[in-house]
Amino acid sequence: MPRETLDRQIHHLQDEVLLLGSMVEQAMLESVNALKAQDVETARRIFHADHLINEKRYAIENAILILIATQQPMARDLRMLAAILEVITELERMGDYAKGIAKVTMRLESSIDFANMRDFSTMAELAVDMLHRALSAFFAENAQQAYDIPKEDDAVDELYNKIYRALVAYMIANPESIDQANFLMWVAHNIERMADRVTNICERTVFIATGELLEMDADDEEETE
Amino acid sequence: MQSLPTQTHTDTDYAIEIKDMDFYYGSFRAVKNVTLAIERQKITAIIGPSGCGKSTVLRSINRMNDLIPGTRVEGQILFHKQNIYDPRVDPVQIRRAIGMVFQRPNPFPKSIYENVAWGARINGYRGNMDELVESTLRKAALWDEVKDDLRKSALALSGGQQQRLCIARALAVEPEVILMDEPCSALDPIATLKIEDLMRELSVNYTIIIVTHNMQQAARASDLTAFFTMDEDRAGIMVEYGRTDQIFTNPRDKRTEDYITGRFG
Repeated sequence: MPRETLDRQIHHLQDEVLLLGSMVEQAMLESVNALKAQDVETARRIFHADHLINEKRYAIENAILILIATQQPMARDLRMLAAILEVITELERMGDYAKGIAKVTMRLESSIDFANMRDFSTMAELAVDMLHRALSAFFAENAQQAYDIPKEDDAVDELYNKIYRALVAYMIANPESIDQANFLMWVAHNIERMADRVTNICERTVFIATGELLEMDADDEEETE
Repeated sequence: MQSLPTQTHTDTDYAIEIKDMDFYYGSFRAVKNVTLAIERQKITAIIGPSGCGKSTVLRSINRMNDLIPGTRVEGQILFHKQNIYDPRVDPVQIRRAIGMVFQRPNPFPKSIYENVAWGARINGYRGNMDELVESTLRKAALWDEVKDDLRKSALALSGGQQQRLCIARALAVEPEVILMDEPCSALDPIATLKIEDLMRELSVNYTIIIVTHNMQQAARASDLTAFFTMDEDRAGIMVEYGRTDQIFTNPRDKRTEDYITGRFG
């Protein structure tokens, strides 16, 4: 027997989370594009649009509290709502990473001729693609996909290490540009952290499907911000 | 005493307006100074501890308390801008327009068909009775379960089915407002959820007021919630009235908060 009111409201919430996810994906890709193009105007727009992501997150959180208070969800429904609370927190933080990248573009004082700019795009595309599929798996409650997606994080980490080494070399060769290079280090870090947070979403997918909370990458580095 | 800011609107915005209502059993004032505007085509829940006057207020809305000797109502209950306690008002007409479903399902000891047809007959219905019985049972989400057994005794139905039959019987009189006094307290959880889904469907066309001691039910099933309690004179008072999501997530009054979080008393 369906519970029409509860089912309808959960579906609506899921749509809202997908919308939030696409806002984050777009912010991340656009912020890296703006960095590559050194397009300060676009970067400023992304920087100021971050509050829309935050507001959407709080609206979803509020709707979940109302749903829990009024509809008494149980079992899988309850796990879904608790997991969404976690997922929207991750998405909001990813939005902050995009905002951080936009801020770097706004603060780079002069053009920078770092040869590996293309790697930032590749990294961001990988991370966004992981996020997109992780959200699909989340709403499909597909535990198998959720187990597989975090393994792709290795490719992101490899690119991060490559950029890191290249930036260290760049700093040695161009000591007058250490500030600039340091900003770019933060960009790589932000994208790398975004991919790590995709893993957290996958953990919640397994939680919905099985009821078990497990940590998928225990050797992951601690949050350093 | 809380009231919605929208209560200053004209009478026509509301199905029922209770204004400064007191209710007396003899010299005992059982309900004190209730003002409550019931929105059209919404589900309004009245919750509160035993003895808070919630059922008394509900039964006053279609003058069911007239049947209890020694009771009287002060203040006004407006329906179509008219005070239903005006001496010129016929209480029988009021009870047709404002129907009631009771705590225990009370079908007549007759067939399923006759239970529904009864309501239409007292309303002077002259059309095709078979069609009306079917459409009414469909509205009450009962048709698919009973369509092959319409001549079976209503008493052979399960409790949940009997209660939906009683709702069908009330609908057949074509009311505007349906009062429900603990309609699910004798039902199991699944039958209860069925009644709640039915209420949601009915609220498209009808105004529903439900009294329940099950506050989870009020939270699930209603659009607006009024919380009643007793004051120091043991008279029922309304503490707070607002949107159900607000009452159950962020009530304004500490007494409401204590009640809905189980810290009452």
